[in-house]
Amino acid sequence: MTGRPAPADLLRDLAPRALGAVVRRYGHFADAEDAVQEALLAAATTWPADGTPDNALAWLIRVASRKMADQYRRDEARRRREDLAASWSLIPHEPVPAHDDTLILMLMCCHPSLSPGAAIPLTLRAVGGLATREIAAAFLVPEATMAQRISRAKAKLKEADEPFALPPPGEGGERLRSVLHVLYLIFNEGYAASGGPDLARSDLSGEAIRLARDVHAALPQDPEATGLLALMLLTDARRPARTRPGGELVPLAEQDRARWDRRLITEGLTLLTGALRQGRPGEYQVQAAIAALHDQAASHAQTDWAQILALYDRLEQLTGNPMVTLNRAVATAMVHGPGAGLALLDGLGGRLGDHHRLRAVRAHLLEQAGDTSGAIAEFQAAAARTTNLRERDYLVAKAARLATGPA
Amino acid sequence: MRYMLLQNYGAAGTDSPPISEWAPEDISAHIEFQQVLNTELLERGELVDAQGLAGPEQAKTVISDGISAPVITDGPFPESKELLAGYRIVDVESAERALEIAARISAAPGANGAPVRQPIEVRAVMSAPDPEM
Repeated sequence: MTGRPAPADLLRDLAPRALGAVVRRYGHFADAEDAVQEALLAAATTWPADGTPDNALAWLIRVASRKMADQYRRDEARRRREDLAASWSLIPHEPVPAHDDTLILMLMCCHPSLSPGAAIPLTLRAVGGLATREIAAAFLVPEATMAQRISRAKAKLKEADEPFALPPPGEGGERLRSVLHVLYLIFNEGYAASGGPDLARSDLSGEAIRLARDVHAALPQDPEATGLLALMLLTDARRPARTRPGGELVPLAEQDRARWDRRLITEGLTLLTGALRQGRPGEYQVQAAIAALHDQAASHAQTDWAQILALYDRLEQLTGNPMVTLNRAVATAMVHGPGAGLALLDGLGGRLGDHHRLRAVRAHLLEQAGDTSGAIAEFQAAAARTTNLRERDYLVAKAARLATGPA
Repeated sequence: MRYMLLQNYGAAGTDSPPISEWAPEDISAHIEFQQVLNTELLERGELVDAQGLAGPEQAKTVISDGISAPVITDGPFPESKELLAGYRIVDVESAERALEIAARISAAPGANGAPVRQPIEVRAVMSAPDPEM
């Protein structure tokens, strides 16, 4: 025993390794996950007073195993009716690299049978080692509601009945895409909420980056896993300039670039360069490349818009997402003028319907084209359609400023 | 996605008599329905909050200019206009699911077990913006 306090970071790093070991020993992912959660809580309460055990991982595995045994003893009557032999079959213990367990857990938690709303909290708890209370706070729902969401996700996994192992060759790629998508969503949840009263949620970006680092460590040769980590770092680098002290959003064009985090940009660029060198570009690498061009530009005007436009073309081919086309319209306007951008938007109405983002982009392009009254109407239309509070504040203010003449 | 489902007292569109005129067993059935629905929403991981509001007899309306003493009046009362009776906030995967829950609430059992058919207002709760802006 040492006198050091139990750092939350250590517990979170150990969480997936402890869970991997307990699942390997006893099977029963859902119960093992509960037991490891209890062990983590026990560690968080006792280690600060008693000191961190020398072998912290073994401590967690031992406590979690005991909790599982206790639980089964309590449930014995119920268990007797079930197939004991199957539930307690010991999986032969082979030494497994820690990265593999983390990756297997992530593939499980992001199983295609789970909706993102189920996969996200399960991943944060089982792999990220966050407590239900913390996840509930981040997503602004009561703890009991979040606990139910997680146990429903686990029940669904039980139905899928997958072995605790890496997927067979050939299936891994598709499954990894689900993992990357879930991490991308977690990052966005946090990034969207940075600053102000949403501070608890902004921790989610840091959590997503940590998990993306784990995936990258397990699969250093996968260019999309690397691309996603690079994208997160290159985007997160702009966080300090993204909101005013009152929480108001600052659009990219108006951000103080001196406040961007150069260290994150450098790391992101290095990762991205390595990924692109493999010659297998995917959507995260392309998005990271776009973020990199913004990060490297001295100003909004000096941005390499022609290159960004080419990348949006590529991204549109890769994803077919009409939101990408919106961004391409912005880039088109920067390269060929607002008229060309507006022409591109005209073809989008059918696919995006009355989406607020379409109206907002059109408003910006009309403003650039000098059509002030048209821009005001579109900014107001976008403000009425958005369900994002900060975005509405921004759009309303934008319309008001245009209405009162040049600033 | 987060939605607030609002229900008013005696709103237009329902021909149900006021709850004070229901048989006791109809009132019990109505309350039980609400509890069962809340439990179900909790178990599905969708319930954020569910509150009933105290009756209009206890309601006050406050108007102030921030300088002189505020003007406090009784009411509003349900005769004057639609008045909020309670709300639920749900966090659901789709807008369709919010409408489905609203339909359940609207069909709550009333007098003689007939559905109240109370109009339920479904409003999206503002969230933080997307990151791409």
